Amino acid sequence: MRRLKAQVSHLVLPLSVLVVLIIINLIKGADYFSLTVVNGALYGNIPNILFGASELVILAIGMTLVTASSQGQDIGIGAGATITSAVFVLFVLNAGDATLLTIVVGFLLSCVAGLVVGAFNGTLVSVFKVQPMVATLILLMGGRSIAFMIDGKLSPILANDISNQIGTVIPGVPIQTPIILTAVFIAIVAVVLKTTNLRLYVESVGINPSAARLNGISPKKIIFLTFLIMGVCTAVAGFIAVNKAGRHDSVNLLKFIMMDAILAVAIGGNSLSGGKFSITGSIIGAYTIEMLNRTMLRLEIQTETILAFKAVFIIILMAVASPVVRDYAKKILQRVRTIGVSSTVRKTGAPNDAEVSNPDTPVKKEE
Amino acid sequence: MEGICKAFPGVRALHNVDFALRKGEIHALMGENGAGKSTLIKVITGVYEKDAGRIALNGRPIHFKSPQEAQNMGIGTVYQEIALCSNLTVAENMFIGRGRYAFVQWKQMNEKATQLLNSLGIPASPTQELTSCSLAVQQMIAIARAVDMDCKILILDEPTSSLDEDEVNKLFELMRELKSRGVGIIFITHFIEQVYKISDRITVLRNGELIGEYETSSIPQIGLVAKMMGKALEDESKLKKHKPPKSDSSVPVFEATALSSAAGVRPFNFTIQKGEVNGFAGLIGSGRSESARAIFAADKVTGGKVRMKGKRVKIKEPIHAMKQGIGYLPEDRKGDGIIDELSVRDNIILAFQVMKGFFRPFSRTQAEEFADEYVQKLNIKTPSTNTPIKSLSGGNQQKVILARWLLTHPMYLILDEPTRGIDVGTKVEIQKLVLKLAENGMSLTFISSEIDEMLRTCSRLIVMKDREIVGELSGMNLTEHDVMHVIAQGEE
Repeated sequence: MRRLKAQVSHLVLPLSVLVVLIIINLIKGADYFSLTVVNGALYGNIPNILFGASELVILAIGMTLVTASSQGQDIGIGAGATITSAVFVLFVLNAGDATLLTIVVGFLLSCVAGLVVGAFNGTLVSVFKVQPMVATLILLMGGRSIAFMIDGKLSPILANDISNQIGTVIPGVPIQTPIILTAVFIAIVAVVLKTTNLRLYVESVGINPSAARLNGISPKKIIFLTFLIMGVCTAVAGFIAVNKAGRHDSVNLLKFIMMDAILAVAIGGNSLSGGKFSITGSIIGAYTIEMLNRTMLRLEIQTETILAFKAVFIIILMAVASPVVRDYAKKILQRVRTIGVSSTVRKTGAPNDAEVSNPDTPVKKEE
Repeated sequence: MEGICKAFPGVRALHNVDFALRKGEIHALMGENGAGKSTLIKVITGVYEKDAGRIALNGRPIHFKSPQEAQNMGIGTVYQEIALCSNLTVAENMFIGRGRYAFVQWKQMNEKATQLLNSLGIPASPTQELTSCSLAVQQMIAIARAVDMDCKILILDEPTSSLDEDEVNKLFELMRELKSRGVGIIFITHFIEQVYKISDRITVLRNGELIGEYETSSIPQIGLVAKMMGKALEDESKLKKHKPPKSDSSVPVFEATALSSAAGVRPFNFTIQKGEVNGFAGLIGSGRSESARAIFAADKVTGGKVRMKGKRVKIKEPIHAMKQGIGYLPEDRKGDGIIDELSVRDNIILAFQVMKGFFRPFSRTQAEEFADEYVQKLNIKTPSTNTPIKSLSGGNQQKVILARWLLTHPMYLILDEPTRGIDVGTKVEIQKLVLKLAENGMSLTFISSEIDEMLRTCSRLIVMKDREIVGELSGMNLTEHDVMHVIAQGEE
């Protein structure tokens, strides 16, 4: 029970945002949850959010791990995904007829490219101790040019049935394929977290690398590992994005997605300075952002001003979630409680020794 | 200052401490780590507010609320780490944050700086960049900065720790110069020789209590060391040291030859037998912690050979030491020991889990069983094993770290300052535990600033000074006098 409570307390922020958004949407129109069936597949507001957020969810998972271990963020993920999907497209287009085999091999090759990208970033951060944001800035700058060089031309088109089905729906399956792929990916991550010590190691390194080392964990290896995982996430996200689009646009593919991914991590209740992490939170955060984007469209906010509205929303969100406001709220709550306690004490005539313990008192450290 | 008290949650940092500084004297403040020196200084300079007591300057009671206020009253402080901006010029560093105007009057500033530097005999030019000065000169500039503005009291916290002998002498000249001008200087250092060289009087603190104030000329070194290290507490003296293992011929559990590390400890030899409790004795900075860290490869090992039970092994990283059955409780609990946001449970199982492997996590039930077992065994006071370790008291945090290593069932356990900053009750518990573990066949190295503790638990003491082993003492009836004798005499 207590365990459940502790987990839920982390999710209060993303879940309450989700609820607020749903309420706004229901006010706008009660048909928000309605579903329609087109060609045997489900469509509607909710499926569209799940569909649209696929890449973001996957990247947010990787971002959560990188943030937790390296205490910094990877801002080159959009460009990285453009490189990995360029590798995928290059292979598929050169393999002749697109069969399931060529698609799978192409995907695996793009995963290898993702690992290379991750290893590059990971080496810079863990071995050369470059700030994660600075290290990944390199790919943010150069990544799309590299992807363009792999393509050899602007926007090669992926015109085959399998790609189309991966990007939309497989006939006979009621749920859009990217939603399924994302679910499978989340399941794999859950299994990895369950069967390895990834969480314990990453959190230890993120909180106190020196102590982690003295307990036999190599902070370097763990930080490197999280960047490798980020690389795989990048490849999967790139794979989904390019199949959705049906063509490889080196300039615009997953542009600015790092902003949303970092936001998803933050909204998910994770500290951007590393340590304990909640992947569930980040996933909910990612869906929340997608819902926010679509809500603004639904509210018919002018497209040019959408980003400004989004910014305002996020400022409010971050201010509410900040420790400053939280402490203040805690204090007020405590005062209310103390008043309650002392008044009942007076009524019963018991000695007034109700003391409020404060767990946040600074611990003294000598020299 | 009279009857100064300062308490922090769970710790009584200062208790009824009196301290008096006369005009134009150099007064050394001595004590081991955790004795309350820094706290006292911080109370004087207004960083902390005192809980009780009285502070007076020239007979007038004062009450500082902030360091700035103290500075304005003529109390200058120079801290251990030089807190200057290395890329600014000497003059800029001396006057930064001092001006009342938004615009700097460069010419005036440089003139004033020249004056001050000359009058104090500091060999630096005001327009020189600070990085081009030696550490000693930088230190002096920091002092000049503090002394400027009609300073009455100067507090120097470990000013000599990063200086060589020549530089120290230069610094001392400056201190004497200031003294002759009537400035009262409070000098904090761990170097006993320096205290005798420069100070007029000495105040000794231990465990937040005043031990005494002495004329430097009237107290011999050995007496001073004794005052700093302290006497046995009655409760603790009931502990019974068990006999060292009889057969010295057996192969030692751990053996190091010419071991050295990047932390600067000189190559040393070291052995420990099964069931033996030994310890590195010496003052702070003597190399006792560094030696322990070298054994565990906590610092980069730069040379030497290591054997476990006679077999040659390579220990390059802590994980290698752990796999060989060595455990290490670090000196810096907060920095090297606890993972503060993680739960008590995760903190307990951490080392054992890492030894088991990345791909073989303990089940939740298993982890909970381990945690519950040791919470009970070591009497750890925590609301639950889910509680983050940071919300526990220092003593209980230390027990968690101890539990972490006991869970790995080490052959050899190194405890560096396991009792620092924790209450007496827990101290006794930990000492008892050490003796019990040894009885059951574990080898332990016990390091403590409190010599009594080591005398009660260790059957063999390796005495260190200046990062070198200077002697070894063994036998059942060691006294602190024996240890102090070795430290004070140096080589033997």
